[in-house]
Amino acid sequence: MAKPSNSDYFTHRMWTFFASVKLSVVILLSLAVTSIIGTVIPQNENLMLYHQKFGDMLFKIFNTLDIFDMYHSWWFRFLLCMLTVNIIVCSINRLSSTWKIIFPKKPSFNINRFRKAKNHQEWSAANSPEVVKNAYTPWLSKRWAMFKVESSENGYLLFGEKGRWTRLGVYAVHLSIILMVAGGLVGSIFGFNGFVNIPEGESVDSIFLRNNQPEIKLDFEIKCDDFNFSLYESGMPKEYRSSLSIIKNNQTVVQKDILVNDPLRFEGINIFQSSYGKMPATDLTVTFTEKASGLIYKKEATMGTPIEMPGNSGTFIVEDFRPNFSFRGVNLSNTFLCKMIPGQGDPEHIIIPADFPRFDMMRQGDFVISISNADFKYYTGLQVTKDPGVPLVYAGFLFMIIGCYVTFFMFHQKICIEISAADGKTSVMAAGISGRNRPGMNAVIRRLSNQLKKLS
Amino acid sequence: MTSSEIFSIITFIYGLATLLYVFSWIFKKALPGKIATAVTAGGAMGNLAGIILRWIESYQMGIGHAPLSNLYESLIFFAMTIALTHLFIEYRYKLRFVGVVASPIAFLVMAYASLPKVNDAIQPLIPALQSNWLIAHVMTCFVGYSAFAIAFGVSIMFLLKPSGNGPQSGIVSRFPDFDILDDLTHQMVMFGFLFLSIGIITGAVWANQAWGRYWGWDPKETWSLITWLIYATLLHARLMRDWKGKKIAVLSCVGFFAVIFTYFGVNLLPGLHSYQ
Ligand code: HEM
Repeated sequence: MAKPSNSDYFTHRMWTFFASVKLSVVILLSLAVTSIIGTVIPQNENLMLYHQKFGDMLFKIFNTLDIFDMYHSWWFRFLLCMLTVNIIVCSINRLSSTWKIIFPKKPSFNINRFRKAKNHQEWSAANSPEVVKNAYTPWLSKRWAMFKVESSENGYLLFGEKGRWTRLGVYAVHLSIILMVAGGLVGSIFGFNGFVNIPEGESVDSIFLRNNQPEIKLDFEIKCDDFNFSLYESGMPKEYRSSLSIIKNNQTVVQKDILVNDPLRFEGINIFQSSYGKMPATDLTVTFTEKASGLIYKKEATMGTPIEMPGNSGTFIVEDFRPNFSFRGVNLSNTFLCKMIPGQGDPEHIIIPADFPRFDMMRQGDFVISISNADFKYYTGLQVTKDPGVPLVYAGFLFMIIGCYVTFFMFHQKICIEISAADGKTSVMAAGISGRNRPGMNAVIRRLSNQLKKLS
Repeated sequence: MTSSEIFSIITFIYGLATLLYVFSWIFKKALPGKIATAVTAGGAMGNLAGIILRWIESYQMGIGHAPLSNLYESLIFFAMTIALTHLFIEYRYKLRFVGVVASPIAFLVMAYASLPKVNDAIQPLIPALQSNWLIAHVMTCFVGYSAFAIAFGVSIMFLLKPSGNGPQSGIVSRFPDFDILDDLTHQMVMFGFLFLSIGIITGAVWANQAWGRYWGWDPKETWSLITWLIYATLLHARLMRDWKGKKIAVLSCVGFFAVIFTYFGVNLLPGLHSYQ
């Protein structure tokens, strides 16, 4: 025989390393323990916030270890990878011997193993072995997939077997993990998870990804025909409803109202109701009332563009809009956040609630500023996703449930009933063996014996 | 009678069952044990009736939905599944002692639900919860949790029972044999693991339905996965011959702490799932 080479030796070592259940225990526990980190440290927030919270030193360490996005870090993926390899190697390692048990060349029963089984029960019957065997046979053969009768020196041996295939349950469980990991991988390579805000009446044909990645162009347009929400009397939200149209080649191909639990699916892309907001619809009219003279100046403005203030007193910008704005504990509702840059001196931040035109009098400036003519419209916030890995993952779910049920609650069982004549009496022995789940086998034998005693 | 009144009575009934089981165990009397079983069965039936009544009440208020939508309702359901699982074991394995640990857990869960800080009002469903998956998800999770709760109780017995050949006196030595306790823990963990798996899976399918992703690593999801991994470890550790008895009992306790944290502790962390 050839001397195994070093590389053979190495492969062999790797194989045994990955084939051990001890390794699975270690990996499973490591996954459990490291997963805790990401639930204690909120994930994927702004790096500045982390820096403030943890200080320079810790921040650098955590950032290097990808703690702020740990479930996608190289080391967490490495653990998942190890788990997968472990499962595959382990399964291959055992499958051949399991296969031999499930599809044996010739099924064998070894009477001595039954005689030694702890669960064996004995009783005696009044009739001859022949009669007892004939009484038991129809009852047993109906209940055992494999059933056979052999004669022995002084009586009969009845063998039954069922549930061989249940030994495959564990493989279904392990396959399910592989399917889920594969599905997750497919999803992360070929799928995306983006979002887009669409004002009522408008349409978009591209969406944004999280984490500042470039936008994705869709080969159709999503139009928001209408957005509505309703509240319960208590003020809790009751329903968010977006009426969407899908427009492809200038034709509306789908129309649907989506709700939080009722998305729209189109060509493998899923559109979910996720948030909503309010924004000014058109140009704004900014009114400057000079306190000294009472003169009123009106100017048209759009958000983000500076306008000249009357009398060259500086520039004015409507910077931002908030549908809800809390001022000293009062909700001012539709509020513009503005900035005034005077000729000399520092810029001043001004809040201008659309519904309270006299609010700015409090500021004691030269002008009282108000904003009117603002129409508001809602935009709907949609989550737009594509995940071609879902079928694989769902197949994994199915295998997991079926596999766990089979592994936990069904088992391969073999029984033997020995009927023998001794001292003019007939004695009966029943015993069973199973791969696992011995307490379950005990119960089977107990019930079986009770039934058989009634038959003889 | 309103459902809230029924639940107050049920709390009392589970408390009574606990006393009877403990009495029967300490004084080695069979009769109080039998009465305790009957009392528990009555409590579970009443518990179910209360849940059905609460369901009807929600329809009378015009906001009809299955009573599984907030912390209070989940606790009530949890107590019922513990009682039912416990009765099932008593019947199936002919082991009355389980009541000594199962009844106090059911009682504590009901008592916790009646604390003033747990809001017991029937509330309408917010949009995210308006789905039939809610029912499948919550039910399967709590059936799983109840099995883990009982596995925990049985493991505690295992750890308290004096081992070795020393003097076998005192009431704790009257717990059943180590083999029985060990096997029951294993059975309950397998049962719980199946249901927890289904619970996580229904949750994932639901999340995919509502938010377009089946897994988002939010703290509740992650903690349920941690729980699941701990019990998966237990099941595998048992396959290696040197992990039996005590180590398994300890792992089963650790697993149950993860269950409790998934259930209550996660509300302290940021995320979508908090049942407030
Ligand atoms: C999260 C991942 C895993 C899950 C959910 C899982 C689940 C299971 C379940 C439910 C059983 C049956 C336990 C019993 O009979 O009580 C089992 C058995 C087993 N598992 Fe895993 N498993 C996982 C990972 C692994 C890995 C990574 C390995 C690789 C070594 C492995 C190796 C085994 C072996 C060797 C058995 C025993 C099979 C037998 O009885 O012949 N498992 N697993």
